[in-house]
Amino acid sequence: AYRTDEGQPWVLPVVKKVEQMIANDNSLNHEYLPILGLPEFRANASRIALGDDSPAIKENRVGSVQSLGGTGALRIGAEFLRRWYNGNNNTATPIYVSAPSWENHNSVFMDAGFKDIRTYHYWDAAKRGLDLQGLLNDMEQAPEFSIFILHACAHNPTGTDPTPEQWKQIAGVMKRRSLFPFFDSAYQGFASGSLDKDAWAVRYFVSEGFELFCAQSFSKNFGLYNERVGNLTVVGKDADNVQRVLSQMEKIVRTTWSNPPSQGARIVATTLSSPQLFDEWKGNVKTMADRVLLMRSELRSRLEALKTPGTWNHITEQIGMFSFTGLNPKQVEYMIKEKHIYLMASGRINMCGLTTKNLDYVAKSIHEAVTKIQ
Amino acid sequence: SSWWSHVEMGPPDPILGVTEAYKRDTNSKKMNLGVGAYRDDNGKPYVLNCVRKAEAMIASKKMDKEYLPIGGLADFTRASAELALGENSEAFKSGRYVTVQGISGTGSLRIGANFLQRFFKASRDVYLPKPSWGNHTPIFRDAGMQLQAYRYYDPKTCSLDFSGAMDDISKIPEKSIILLHACAHNPTGVDPRQEQWKELAATVKKRNLLVFFDMAYQGFASGDINRDAWAVRHFIEQGITIVLSQSFAKNMGLYGERAGAFTVICSDADEAKRVESQLKILIRPMYSNPPVNGARIASMILNTPDLRKEWLTEVKGMADRIISMRTQLVSNLKKEGSSRNWQHITDQIGMFCFTGLKPEQVERLMKEFSIYMTKDGRISVAGVSSGNVGYLAHAIHQVTK
Repeated sequence: AYRTDEGQPWVLPVVKKVEQMIANDNSLNHEYLPILGLPEFRANASRIALGDDSPAIKENRVGSVQSLGGTGALRIGAEFLRRWYNGNNNTATPIYVSAPSWENHNSVFMDAGFKDIRTYHYWDAAKRGLDLQGLLNDMEQAPEFSIFILHACAHNPTGTDPTPEQWKQIAGVMKRRSLFPFFDSAYQGFASGSLDKDAWAVRYFVSEGFELFCAQSFSKNFGLYNERVGNLTVVGKDADNVQRVLSQMEKIVRTTWSNPPSQGARIVATTLSSPQLFDEWKGNVKTMADRVLLMRSELRSRLEALKTPGTWNHITEQIGMFSFTGLNPKQVEYMIKEKHIYLMASGRINMCGLTTKNLDYVAKSIHEAVTKIQ
Repeated sequence: SSWWSHVEMGPPDPILGVTEAYKRDTNSKKMNLGVGAYRDDNGKPYVLNCVRKAEAMIASKKMDKEYLPIGGLADFTRASAELALGENSEAFKSGRYVTVQGISGTGSLRIGANFLQRFFKASRDVYLPKPSWGNHTPIFRDAGMQLQAYRYYDPKTCSLDFSGAMDDISKIPEKSIILLHACAHNPTGVDPRQEQWKELAATVKKRNLLVFFDMAYQGFASGDINRDAWAVRHFIEQGITIVLSQSFAKNMGLYGERAGAFTVICSDADEAKRVESQLKILIRPMYSNPPVNGARIASMILNTPDLRKEWLTEVKGMADRIISMRTQLVSNLKKEGSSRNWQHITDQIGMFCFTGLKPEQVERLMKEFSIYMTKDGRISVAGVSSGNVGYLAHAIHQVTK
């Protein structure tokens, strides 16, 4: 979760404002939302992902399912795919998850009933970057119609994203081999500070004519973590297909949570549908993104100033909340035990935990870990 | 071509269809009796005062929006358990239970169904009363369980087929799962009397069945939270293994906030901890952690003495209005000159009433009087008000005389 420079959680100013508006609106009540969610939320959420001028939206071939966070969107999408993709109830369709990935991806698809979950090459530990060749090879070798979970931006946990050119190559192979793109978009706006930039990959795939799913989370970019605000965007070939898909999504939602929670969706819908509030929100998102970018550059410059062995440009080249530092498990243990700095055994740090006050300490500690422990 | 060419259009939701038709109707006297949400005497949604107060208190505390634990808000789950089990419950005081926050009643049922599918190896069979809430079947089915039924509602008397139920239940294979509505049976409104519950419990115990209680209307049924939870508490006291789903949608009017809870009664606190860890493993790949808003409101109400008192009064108010509408409907039917026996309308309890009307009569009510209900003759008494109960009685008499 995001933290301020004081190390505190941050409720976005625009969220506070909108919550007050909602509280003061006596016409609002707590009645059930429709099964697929608040209509104004769904339309706006998908519009954010696909862009105001999205051809898919204009052609009325976009569907949306309000979900319980990004996880809920992934799960509803997975349940639908297991029932209706590549045949009926085909649990054998291979699911490809990046190596590494958010560990819950595996569980989501497993619990949705898929039996064959594989990894695709992604992180190159040696060069600390994307293993594009490995990734493309895996796509060439994958059985036709396999489903690939793609991180739309700010790959979790490596922070390493394909460049636009690399995305184009990926899309080319996927189209040729009839592979299904399931995007996980948890950090739109939060990664680069720009909503459009962070949605480039998803929009490119849409422009290339793919049918796809995109699981969106508003936990980070709206700071609405515990309200569980998410959206599954469905892009289909035409309106008729999308309509039938949504009718089946309703059946799945009905036995999972019946209808989604209203508070978070109201906040997001109100914000996105007002030009003024929308601008305010974009400003708040940029504040968060900029602070993370600043911490990245400050950490890197300190390590380079300390002449810490190794190269540290990956810290600023990576993007989003997380960074794969390259620290090995022994070095991580040193950080935790000796320096009381908590990070994952994989060497992943949460950049949000860095503040102007602790940058020096963290940089020095990394320097110690790298020089003392091999 | 599309990946989805073979995807069939899902069946239209029957209850939604009722509301859609109602909305299109231009008759000023129209009535929507399909709605499964409480309405006040003006036919409007009702936001409880204690809910408004709780919301104001929460807003003033300026809390953050950090993720809840996977199992939910602890103050909420503890208060939910205490509400259901009773503060003097041995099971509650000893801590031999686990309660996780669920997405209202549906989400809690689903977690429970998935948990049983994974850990209850003795049987795949879940026995539902005939009829039951329409969503029970697909929930358990999607969780990988099989559905069976036991007799429950007697359409001839519009009341409980007690001997039929006892007969069927006494023949359920041992170690099967039986689902019971704790109070205010949906859709019939027919509940066993306490004496009947005692006999049911004895049979269930003898057959060594696992009981899944669905309690969606505690307080909302009789107006008394302890009375409505009597069956749940009795079964636990009898040493029967139960799991329980609770909803705060109706009794706190928190419908769209999705506040609910799933409870497993265990042998001891250690077992409860192990069960909890497995429930979390089920929840994480479903939605990671639950929404905070409804749980915070419910928790504030249950844990703040003044608000809790106010809530008990308000929930009794809602229950009383429903009961009063039942009484007025019957007396108005008598005034219309109906010679039929309408006693079941006041015998039944909760939001819904199985009128006993046949599909053709339901159709006439819709076409001739703009009164909308589901084809099975179920009405939501919440949709009845002092302003339209006379019209309803008149219409029912016209189609049944």
